[in-house]
Amino acid sequence: MTCTEFLAILDDVIDEVIPTETRSEIETHLRKCGHCEVVLDTTRKTIEIYRCHEIYELPAEVSERVHQAITVRCQKAR
Amino acid sequence: MTTIQPIAGENPDLAVLEKVRAGDASAYDALVRKYERQIFRIAQHITQNREDAEDVMQDAFVKAFEKLDQFQGNSKFYTWLVRIAVNESLMRLRKRRTGKLVSMDDEILTEEGSVPRDFADWAPNPEQNYNQAELAEILRKTIQGLPPGFRLVFVLRDVDGLSTEETAETLGLSIPAVKSRLLRARLQLRERLSRYFKRPADPPAKRS
Repeated sequence: MTCTEFLAILDDVIDEVIPTETRSEIETHLRKCGHCEVVLDTTRKTIEIYRCHEIYELPAEVSERVHQAITVRCQKAR
Repeated sequence: MTTIQPIAGENPDLAVLEKVRAGDASAYDALVRKYERQIFRIAQHITQNREDAEDVMQDAFVKAFEKLDQFQGNSKFYTWLVRIAVNESLMRLRKRRTGKLVSMDDEILTEEGSVPRDFADWAPNPEQNYNQAELAEILRKTIQGLPPGFRLVFVLRDVDGLSTEETAETLGLSIPAVKSRLLRARLQLRERLSRYFKRPADPPAKRS
């Protein structure tokens, strides 16, 4: 397996949808190629960081304000 | 910053929607509470403006309520709601840009970031080197630098946890288009975050 071939299936590796027969080929490539190993690890970490940290918090007062407006407008729409 | 809760279940809202259709107003209230954070986040990612995101959130929930009869239940209520919120967000952007056509395909032709260039390993738990406000700013700035079409695919697929098929349906894209955008979004974000998170270089060895 070349680096280009690995990169083409990187998303499938991350999403763990790789067919069993390809897995050993990937493991062999990763043992030999430090660059691809770093790309895989740091891409996984990228996703994890964005998944674990809310970057657009919804402030409680905004939530309440919008909530009230939605309730009023939905009552009118009935 | 709080931890993001993924959307779970096959079609978890059908029972609540039945109550709403039967006239139970508090049931819709529960749905708003359940999804307000996600809808606000998506609107922020598209409009890049808090006031607009507030308005979009309000309009999207009201529109969903008004059109509830059109919701067939073939897809999740959440993906249907997101589709409404994406359209409302794009309309809001169009208004701000005085009618200029806005689409999620803007700037999509760039090849930047499709091939990794930075192979430095990251420090262990690199986010712990920043306080919460600094980290949030880094993550915001980094994702805002992505083309809008990439950004939204990443948010729906990787942050919200929608499937590839749901993301495609929500954004009106083909499955290959979602896959291609997701790969490039992930790689571009990784490349940009490397600037902040890479392991510091070892100091040069002292000469004796």
